[in-house]
Amino acid sequence: MTVTLAAAITLLPFLASAAGLLGSRWPRGAPGTPDKAAARRAAWIAILPAAVSAVLAGWLALRWWGGARDTTAGTLTIIDTGGLPISVGLEVTELSVLVGLLVTVVALAVQVYSVGYLGDDRRYPSYSAFISLFTSAMLLVIYAGDLLVLYAGWEIMGLCSYLLIGHWWEDLGNSRAAIKAFLVTRLGDVGFLFGIFVLGVGAGSFRIADVLARFPQMSTATLIVATLLLLAGVAGKSAQVPLHTWLPDAMAGPTPISALIHAATMVAAGIFMVARLFPVFEAAGPTLDVLAVLAALGMLGAALAALAQDDLKRVLAYSTISQLAYMAAALAAGDDEAAIFHLVSHGAFKALLFLCAGAVIHAVGSNLMSDMGGLRRIMPITFVTMTIGFAALVGLPPASGFFSKDAVLVAVEQASAEGPLTDAAAWLLYACALATVAVTGAYATRAWLRTFFGERRVVALPEPEPGTAHVFTAHEAPLSMRVPLVVLAVPALLFGFVGLGDMHWGTAAVSVALALLGAGITYSAWRSDPLADPARLLGPFRVPCEQAFYVDTAYHAIFVRPVLRLARVVVGTDDGVVDGAVRGSGRLTLGAAGLLRFAQNGNVQLYVSGLLAGVLLIAVGAVMFG
Amino acid sequence: MAEVPSYLSPTGQEIVFLLLGAVAVGAALLVVTTRQLVHAALWLVVCFGALAGCYLVLTAEFVAWVQVLIYVGAVVALLLFGLMLTRAPIGRSADLDSGNRPVAALVALATAALLVTVVIDGFRTAYADLTPGRGAAKELGSSIFRNWVLPFEALSVLLLAALIGAIVLSRTDIRGR
Amino acid sequence: MHIVYPAVVSALLFSIGVYGVLARRNTILVLMSVELMLNAVNLNLVAFDVWLRDRLHSGQVLTLFVIVIAAAELGVGLAIVLGVYRNRRSVDLDGMRDLADPGTEPAGIPGDAAAESATTPVAAEAAARSGEAKP
Repeated sequence: MTVTLAAAITLLPFLASAAGLLGSRWPRGAPGTPDKAAARRAAWIAILPAAVSAVLAGWLALRWWGGARDTTAGTLTIIDTGGLPISVGLEVTELSVLVGLLVTVVALAVQVYSVGYLGDDRRYPSYSAFISLFTSAMLLVIYAGDLLVLYAGWEIMGLCSYLLIGHWWEDLGNSRAAIKAFLVTRLGDVGFLFGIFVLGVGAGSFRIADVLARFPQMSTATLIVATLLLLAGVAGKSAQVPLHTWLPDAMAGPTPISALIHAATMVAAGIFMVARLFPVFEAAGPTLDVLAVLAALGMLGAALAALAQDDLKRVLAYSTISQLAYMAAALAAGDDEAAIFHLVSHGAFKALLFLCAGAVIHAVGSNLMSDMGGLRRIMPITFVTMTIGFAALVGLPPASGFFSKDAVLVAVEQASAEGPLTDAAAWLLYACALATVAVTGAYATRAWLRTFFGERRVVALPEPEPGTAHVFTAHEAPLSMRVPLVVLAVPALLFGFVGLGDMHWGTAAVSVALALLGAGITYSAWRSDPLADPARLLGPFRVPCEQAFYVDTAYHAIFVRPVLRLARVVVGTDDGVVDGAVRGSGRLTLGAAGLLRFAQNGNVQLYVSGLLAGVLLIAVGAVMFG
Repeated sequence: MAEVPSYLSPTGQEIVFLLLGAVAVGAALLVVTTRQLVHAALWLVVCFGALAGCYLVLTAEFVAWVQVLIYVGAVVALLLFGLMLTRAPIGRSADLDSGNRPVAALVALATAALLVTVVIDGFRTAYADLTPGRGAAKELGSSIFRNWVLPFEALSVLLLAALIGAIVLSRTDIRGR
Repeated sequence: MHIVYPAVVSALLFSIGVYGVLARRNTILVLMSVELMLNAVNLNLVAFDVWLRDRLHSGQVLTLFVIVIAAAELGVGLAIVLGVYRNRRSVDLDGMRDLADPGTEPAGIPGDAAAESATTPVAAEAAARSGEAKP
């Protein structure tokens, strides 16, 4: 029963995407005009299964915690590959029940929100179908009972991410961002796939349950290699250093996509995967050290970068990298429950933040915070919900972020005392985590103040630019966008209380104090000059922070340019050597044929000469050898 | 095979034959190298005449007379008519040889070298006693009309066909359908 | 009589005939060279008939036949030559090149141009062929 429910939850969005892709444009409207009827059909096709899915996920969760834990694993078929068999099947665990609930709820919110945000778009039907497919793939990752099935969902997500980031592909920058996201995550996925192979071959099975049962028999070297390779995939999907560069660029996609991909689903998949295989990672100490260092660098660097951005969505993107690094930190510290706790609460409040940002951008018609300001009176609901989101992000009580971040910090603090990490890595992690709390307070306050307070800097654009939804309308977002905000604000505010029992009030006090310190500095800077950007506090570090410490530039110099040069060499080789060989063989044939053509000149005497010479040769041969 | 007389003490017949042969070969060379068309035909007469002499030395009298009658008489006359009818230039003409000449010389020299080598190698010890009268008209006539009468008749049909063919080809008022 | 003498003379005559056939331009001279080759064969036939003392005189009889056939051949050959002369006002052997490959004339090798428009040379050749076929 449990597994059947999980299968239904996974299949419903998939069927919705198939139906949406194949059926929503039929019957066709007049060509050339936006087909309102198709968009309406597509909206229903997308929202209904998502809603049913969310309800089923809720029911599954209720059953689970009600104690009904019957058949938790089911196998559809076993593909006999000759070596290791691949079992196509699902498995339900506590982790997947929880994350599945998060994903279905956020997906439903995003689908409803998209109707308001993109309902007029020409490509809305395919867009909503891709979201459904994306949701389905993410659910497949969550419920997969086999590593290769998980990998299939993992890759479909990568594809959908590419398709959705490039939704407005007419703008070259957007399609470039989509390609960048695709390539960077693909780079990590190569490692991920080989990690799966190492793990599966070492365990003799790709079934996750078997792997978890058998990994103690595997050698430490195998475990370290496998987990490091898996970590590459995790870094790619969850946007961790050094493969994080795609995430800020992915903001080129529509805002609901940012909420879906960059808050709740795709980036969470990496953290989820580590948590799913957490016993394996725990047995590979060096991998956790690597993860800790990457998380430490990522959280502080991304938070500083967020402090200097002017684009509201990029602020949230860097904040996502930073928060994902928190989860990775909790994992590295050996506390997967804290990581998942923060994953779920972050999924809620970051989805909320992105959707609020979308509402603001929808109203203003610009992504830049220097074009906003003073919006709290015009958009009260967005203001309130986004304030809740920022509070959760900063970790102020009683929002959910307060509890989950506290859990993470406690885990890191304990790891520095005792745990799988080496001391240096643990202390680095702890220091960075505390520093990041302060910086998070600073950048969240900056974004909040610059968006909703101060003077209104908005000017109505004469015409909507491509990639922006609207000109400034000076009133609140439509109902279909407001409802998801309010719905998501509830878990963002209240979800944390499930962790009330495990609070460490000392750590919590320190973190709140640090966050308020960061917020206070920003506020005082803003207070002194409401028109200027509080990011000026960074002084000479402002430009490096704005450029995210030149990582993109460095990658461009180290990887992109050599690859381009190599590509040019390859093109040259193809043109000169390969094609040259083909053309040369053609010319050679023609030339040789030209030689033969001399003989074919119509001169009968020459023909007879050749004939007689041949006869002579034969005669000589016959005389000499006969 | 009985012992072969020495090559160093030739008989009178051999001397005569070699002289005639030299004349024939020299005339043939002139035929293929001369720059005047009509001279070529006349050198052909000399060549054929010398060959007729060779036949005589070899005791083939009848063949020799036929050679004189048909070749020297008819064939050369025919060739001269051909030359006249194609308005061949009288006197020297510069372009009687085609561009194929070096190749032709090479092939001809190779042919000569091969044939001479093989012939000398194969017939060094062959010697024929010449008995006059074997090639007389009577002997040949009886052989032809006794043993070779069928090929002879076939040949006459061939001649007729060639005759008709030559007429058809030469006349301009006969058109193919 | 050593058989080598007539055999060698005949070989030389034959080779001279070969040279004439291959090197002469005028068709009638080529016919003369053919006659030289035939006579070389005749000399051989007679010599070997004498050497072998054939009871049927096959060598000499065949010589007679060859002479007859040569006469017939010459008659037909000259008729053909006259026909050619009537048509072309010339009996030069190397002027008759209708069997030549039509693509010989453009000396350059059609390289890249052929790669870009592969059909063009073929079409050109076909046109050339049909053009030559018409007259």
